[in-house]
Formats: sequence, structure tokens, C-alpha cells
Amino acid sequence: MVSILKRSLAIITLLIIGYWLAQGLSGVPFGQDKMLVGQYYLNHVKQQTGAVNAVTAVVVNYRGFDTLGEVTVLFIASTGVGALLWGQRRKRTARTEGSIVLTTGTRLLAPFVILFGAYIFIHGHLTPGGGFPGGATIATAFLLLYMAFTVYEIPHRAFEKTEGIVGMGYVIVGLIGLAIGGYFLFDWIWQTWHLGTNNIGRLFSGGFIPVIYTIIGLKVGTELSGIIDNMLKEEVSE
Amino acid sequence: MNCITCIDYIIIAVMIISAILAVEWRDLLAAAVGMAAVSLFASILFFILQAPDVAMTEAAIGAALSGAIFIFAIKRTQRFETEEEERPGWWVRW
Repeated sequence: MVSILKRSLAIITLLIIGYWLAQGLSGVPFGQDKMLVGQYYLNHVKQQTGAVNAVTAVVVNYRGFDTLGEVTVLFIASTGVGALLWGQRRKRTARTEGSIVLTTGTRLLAPFVILFGAYIFIHGHLTPGGGFPGGATIATAFLLLYMAFTVYEIPHRAFEKTEGIVGMGYVIVGLIGLAIGGYFLFDWIWQTWHLGTNNIGRLFSGGFIPVIYTIIGLKVGTELSGIIDNMLKEEVSE
Repeated sequence: MNCITCIDYIIIAVMIISAILAVEWRDLLAAAVGMAAVSLFASILFFILQAPDVAMTEAAIGAALSGAIFIFAIKRTQRFETEEEERPGWWVRW
């Protein structure tokens, strides 16, 4: 009785909120140009950044500082998981080996999944995708390895070093821009060196977008793999 | 209504059904799979709506990684939701 009352009250509240939202949103014209900045990006993206994919140009070039913030948020999340589970000695305690389908499939697929992730973040300025999807794809490959083999562990020291170095690399690229062009994350490769100006649409173009996205992809991949490693290990009591 | 719109509506209906099932199921392992299904269909919907970047991220993070982390958490704790006693809310008590 109480449960039915509670549930119907919740449903009625949801319906009221949904009706209110629908009323509010029905007045918004979707698909029309309300802002001028979007058209500006589409018109100028090729000569200003050299990227064919306008989305990555906005994410890395025009809004590069926000992306640095996102990477920082991910770093803090990874640090939080590590700090929460820190202290005890932790080991892999899985007893059962993965099934033959899982182990064979992982042996065949894991290198190609990593290769595909690298492809996604290296070609971020040409095709859809970028550092975050590429890094997540690489982490998925390590998740497969962890599920298939009971003794597998990521190379911790190499991963931590890579994470730190690429994290500094992002800031260093930004600081070089500050030294050359006068503001943080200035696209010095494209706007000062004019590297790849007659190469638009190929791999070696796009200014510092491929560099930054390689950095982000490596950082996201190593961090998410570290989170998976932290979640999967169990503490051993001695 | 042409057929692309039909596919959109079918995917949205499947998403809503999986979301409701993910909330309702007492078996938490099945609920985690239902939640991953919502993400998977959302990524298909993003792809149909011409946002392949978002579709890739959603498939990798929503369907694969977060589902796996939920399953690890269930493995550490317990698989079935326990029945807590339903206490009347404040709107019934007064």
C-alpha cells in the first residue's frame, strides 16, 4: 500500500517535471544558427588550424585550455582511486583462467585493439575521434588482457613514468606557445613554423593537434588502465 | 515517417526498456548488463545522429569500461539486492 502510494507519487512528480521540460524546450528552435561563433569556426578552421576535422580543432586548438582542465580532472580521478585503495599489499587473486574463447580471442585481438586506439588518436585531426576515445580504446585492450590471464599485470613503472612525462609534455607544449606566440597553448607549429601548409588533409598537418592528441591519448590510456588495475587487485592478508 | 526515423524510435524504446529493467532487476549483475545496454544503444543513436566521436567514446567508456568496473564491484560485494523494509515516507506519517 505504502509502496504503491510512494511509487505513484514519484511517477506523478516525474510526469510534471517532464511536461514542464518539454514545454520549455519546445520553444527552442533546434538546428538553426543561433550563435555566430559556430559558423566562424567552420569558415576559418582550415587556414587557422590546418585541421580537416573541425571538432578536434575546436577541442584542442580554440578551447585547448578546457581540454587541459579535462585531463587534470581525469588525473585527479585516477589519483583518487589510487589513494582510496592505497596501503595494503595488493595482488591479483583470480583463480580461474579465462575460457579458451576469451584467451585465444584476446591473444589475437589485443594488439589490434591497441593499434586501433593509436590510430584514433594519431588521426584525430583528420577523422572522427581523438585522444579520449583512443585512450579509452587502449584501456579496453588492457581490460581484455586482465580478464583473460590470471597473472597478467600492466608494467607499472613504465606506465607511471609515461603518464608523468606526457602530462608535463602538454604543459610544455603550451609554454613553448607562450614563449613564441604570446599566449598559453599558442599553435606554434602551424602559425609560426607553417609546417604542413600545403599538406592539409594528410597526416603531417594540423599544427600541434596531432602532438597534443598523442599526449592526451597516452595519458588517458595509461590512467584508465591504472584505474582498472587498482579496481581488479585484491588485498592479501598475511 | 520514413524508415530511418522508425529505427530511431525503436532504439529509443529499447533504451527506455533497458533503463527500467536496470533499475528494477534484483540481480545486480543483470542490472549492470542492462546499464551497459543503455550505453550501447545510446552510442548507436549518436552514430545515427552523425556524432561519431561521441559514439566512439560512449561505446568504449559507457559500455565497456564502466560496465566492467560495476561487475568488479559486484564480484567484491554481493550479487543480489537485499530486501530492505519499506518504511512509510514523511508524507504518509503525518
